[in-house]
Amino acid sequence: MSSYEARFKVWRGDVQGGDLEDFKVEVNDGEVVLDIIHRLQATQAPDLAVRWNCKAGKCGSCSAEINGRPRLMCMTRMSVFTRDETITVTPLRTFPVIRDLVTDVGFNYQKAREVPAFVPPAGLGPGEYRMFQEDVDRSQEFRKCIECFLCQNTCHVVRDHEENKQAFAGPRFLMRVAELDMHPLDAAEETGLDRKRTAQDEYGLGYCNITKCCTEVCPEDIKITDNALIPLKERAVDRKYDPLVWLGSKIRRRSS
Amino acid sequence: MSVVDRQEWDVVVVGAGGAGLRAAIEARERGARTAVICKSLFGKAHTVMAEGGIAAAMANVNEHDNWQVHFRDTLRGGKFLNQWRMAELHAQEAPERVWELETWGALFDRTKDGKISQRNFGGHEYPRLAHVGDRTGLELIRTLQQKIVALQQEDFKETGDYESGLKVFQECTVTRVLKDGDRVSGVFAYDRESGRFFVLEAPAVVVATGGIGKSFKVTSNSWEYTGDGHALALLAGAPLLNMEFVQFHPTGMVWPPSVKGILVTESVRGDGGVLRNSEGKRFMFDYIPDVFKEKYAESEEEGDRWYEDPDHNRRPPELLPRDEVARAINSEVKAGRGSPHGGVFLDVSTRMPAEVIRRRLPSMYHQFKELADVDITAEAMEVGPTCHYVMGGIAVDSETAAARGVPGLFAAGEVAGGMHGSNRLGGNSLSDLLVFGRRAGWHAAEYAAGVAERPEVAEDQVNLASAEALRPFAAETEGEAGPPENPYTLHQELQQTMNDLVGIIRREGEMEQALQKLAELRVRARRAGVEGHRQFNPGWHLALDLRNMLLVSECVARAALERSESRGGHTREDHPTMDRAWRNVNLLCSLADPTGGLAATDPARGQIRLTRETTESIRPDLLALFEKEELVKYLAEEELYE
Amino acid sequence: MATGTEPQQNSGGVRSRTRAAIAAPHLRTDRWWLAPAVTAAGLFAFVVYSTWRAFANAHYYAAPYVSPFYSPCLAQNCATMHAGPNADLFGSWWAISPAIIILIFPLGFRLTCYYYRKAYYRSFWASPPACAVAEPHRTYTGESRFPLILQNIHRYFFYAALLVAGVLSYDTVLAFRDQHYRWGHMGLGTLVFLVNIVLIWAYTLSCHSCRHIVGGKLKHFSKHPVRYQAWQFVGKLNARHMQLAWASLLSVAFADFYVYLVASGVFDDPRFF
Repeated sequence: MSSYEARFKVWRGDVQGGDLEDFKVEVNDGEVVLDIIHRLQATQAPDLAVRWNCKAGKCGSCSAEINGRPRLMCMTRMSVFTRDETITVTPLRTFPVIRDLVTDVGFNYQKAREVPAFVPPAGLGPGEYRMFQEDVDRSQEFRKCIECFLCQNTCHVVRDHEENKQAFAGPRFLMRVAELDMHPLDAAEETGLDRKRTAQDEYGLGYCNITKCCTEVCPEDIKITDNALIPLKERAVDRKYDPLVWLGSKIRRRSS
Repeated sequence: MSVVDRQEWDVVVVGAGGAGLRAAIEARERGARTAVICKSLFGKAHTVMAEGGIAAAMANVNEHDNWQVHFRDTLRGGKFLNQWRMAELHAQEAPERVWELETWGALFDRTKDGKISQRNFGGHEYPRLAHVGDRTGLELIRTLQQKIVALQQEDFKETGDYESGLKVFQECTVTRVLKDGDRVSGVFAYDRESGRFFVLEAPAVVVATGGIGKSFKVTSNSWEYTGDGHALALLAGAPLLNMEFVQFHPTGMVWPPSVKGILVTESVRGDGGVLRNSEGKRFMFDYIPDVFKEKYAESEEEGDRWYEDPDHNRRPPELLPRDEVARAINSEVKAGRGSPHGGVFLDVSTRMPAEVIRRRLPSMYHQFKELADVDITAEAMEVGPTCHYVMGGIAVDSETAAARGVPGLFAAGEVAGGMHGSNRLGGNSLSDLLVFGRRAGWHAAEYAAGVAERPEVAEDQVNLASAEALRPFAAETEGEAGPPENPYTLHQELQQTMNDLVGIIRREGEMEQALQKLAELRVRARRAGVEGHRQFNPGWHLALDLRNMLLVSECVARAALERSESRGGHTREDHPTMDRAWRNVNLLCSLADPTGGLAATDPARGQIRLTRETTESIRPDLLALFEKEELVKYLAEEELYE
Repeated sequence: MATGTEPQQNSGGVRSRTRAAIAAPHLRTDRWWLAPAVTAAGLFAFVVYSTWRAFANAHYYAAPYVSPFYSPCLAQNCATMHAGPNADLFGSWWAISPAIIILIFPLGFRLTCYYYRKAYYRSFWASPPACAVAEPHRTYTGESRFPLILQNIHRYFFYAALLVAGVLSYDTVLAFRDQHYRWGHMGLGTLVFLVNIVLIWAYTLSCHSCRHIVGGKLKHFSKHPVRYQAWQFVGKLNARHMQLAWASLLSVAFADFYVYLVASGVFDDPRFF
């Protein structure tokens, strides 16, 4: 096993201000960035704040920006860097900083609350649900989401424009709308809730300019843009910009 | 000292994993104003790590399955030490709990006819695990999280406040359960972000904090698993049950070192993966214990046929209960037939096409590719045992999940003991969370509603708890005994001790040594000091968690020393066989100093007192589910005559 | 002291007051600018070339080949193409290059295409230039307002693109003739046309709107097995939408350039049979 000394710059500070701090730290075979942060805690900076949990890429807690790129610290192997490279680790730059590498991700929880939950179909009790694999595949892909919020962090709509946080739910929660709209048994429509329309009217789908950074940073390899956001845009077009559909629904309403 | 903020709730749930969230949902639906406190962010609990599935006898894949078979499997897995009424309720209610998840939006993998698909798992006679690929835990936690949000949306519609009936306090740690006389009166907690203290006053507290794995060096558990709930209950006066039973999952990653212990799901074996030693031999055939001889294949050919035709062949021994497989791997490595990094080989690459592997085991594929540079569709994985689960826990009433001896205290999930006996079957934990999480929430809400007068939180208890929590900052000034101790160093020493001396194979002398070492660590932990301030300070958090880990570790070591037999998750080299006389004996741990003081440092006496208790005998109609010949192997003579 | 010890002024983006005080607009160390630069160069080159060719109004027909830029040809001033894609819908008042009439459709299709949108938003608008690299704009409303809200009409351009692709297929069939319009012949140009039409079809069918229309809009695939199959097929193409967008862009330009070379007499079309 070989080990070497790496140079790190870690952002330390809080909402009052802060700076990149230099560290030299031992690195061993097979380690990931989170291991190094832990070594800093144990040996040089016991109060270095970092959020983490499973350390296996399953919980989505240890999101940070490593050399400027949004990533999970537990899934970024040290072997992707050269030995003489200085590795910069900063907190997510879209959310308010709390301390060191920890940010306030409350924005996401607030947006999660604004998306109406799954509406169970009337007349089907527990155990009576029948769904086919091909019908659940699409929503299942979105449910792989570990809520690391890297997509929310990297999306320029809110990253570069604080003021858009009001109107825009972000890729994670637009994907949630898509997931529910594609759920084979979601009965929102029967209760008068049009998820396709709300995607645009309430969650700011129109702000998305499909530049695909959400897909690029997704540690679960969910094709957020191609499989959730664009299909959702198309569904919104069905509702709002398709004269044929509009005409069809008028005629059907008249004849029924 | 500044005044500590207080809030009033009906039910407080400590922990936001599967059990905690299920309890909170139930309590809120039954009208109780409910607060949930969790150490991590909402939705990040350790439950997300569960991979394989939820065991429930829905009989979607094999029509012969029913709750009786599930009950039987659970008791066999637990070597008949299970609190049988819990196992019965669990087997009966699990299907309803799974179906209920669907009505909340969960999307399980499907069978051809549109039902929930079920997969094979170790110790389960039929395919029984409802699953979503190998990320079932994530689906479970997300579904419960979204159900909570749905309830909050309802509350918002009614009151204009999302958090009026159900609130999640995320990134907060509870350090004490507070009491008014005998009864629970609330909890004392701090906010990890700001370091601020607060008190939630409530007549009922549900503890659902999970396990203790972080006391061991090689573990599949996350940092949260520091035995908080176990310690909180102990300190509140509730006993812990059978803490010697710790499950070592047979397949954890062994290389590279930084990921050592991370779980490799049992589904790998359930779906056809096989274990081989360095000689290429499928060694599990040599390790089938007598009690399981009739149930498992004797040849590789028969084992392989079983995947296609389970009704006419016996299952391969790779699917023995976890304790058996873990011990077998341990023996192979000891005998020098291990893999280069000290494990054995787990191979799916020669058993399934690459495409199928990527579809059925996506996160395993991903995990090995990303973390170990191993392509599991082309080469074998290296795996070895890893500390995974504690069967022991807070002693609870089977029906109500109420902790013994402390009115108002409830426990569910891994932190509760009894359900799994001496060894848990894979898939039974997620169903356990749901079944007993619901029961805990239900009875906590009922209890809270029935309290005539709300218990009070006395100021002096709050002051004591504050002082205890602030101790690590004062450590430096107490200087006589040398410089303050680094909590990280203490934690590492504790993990090493438990791993080496109270690990998968146990010996009397080593456990005595462990108790000595724990006593030493206890003394040093009192001097654990931290730098900096209270705002999101991980050193401080760890210093506080050390108290809990030390308490729980002592329980494990002491109970393991006492039980002079090998059974399930407890293997004694000096007592290698199962002893029927121990079948109906529970070991209860309680505080040596019932006032809750933690001053005792005498290693022989320690902080923990053990008592033996004879269990209630199994109800005859449940015993009748087994063949007489099988019962003879487990039950003591006098039990058989009854 | 070095960068960022003071909290930044609120400028709306990564330097907002509440966020971690880091002065640099980004900390990426890789060559993040390469992809947008290459994209910009490629698109720019095509725009220059196609503008020249579209307004040239010359050298677009060399029997039996008609440049895809001029097909179908919808004005009176079109070259006469024997059995070719002539349809004098506009009459004699149309005085400039007839390519302009028809090019609106493929241009609109590509301009509103989900891939090209990404490409030019990133490379021309720098919105954003690359992931986690701050964009230079003060405000941003994306496609939520006029004019960019018009991107939602992509599917109508898709329908038009289907028609155009149909005509180009017809042109490809016509390319199996010789200079004297006798059937059953093939030259290098035929091959160029074949490759081009395959790529055009693959690009057109891999469109996100197409994927939606054939099946994506359904809630239950299990009730529509044929459309499900179609959706899966389009999905496979769609995963390569970017590659197809570039390949078909190159091939269409090349097909046009080939016709130009032959028509302007630079060389004669090599005939196979």
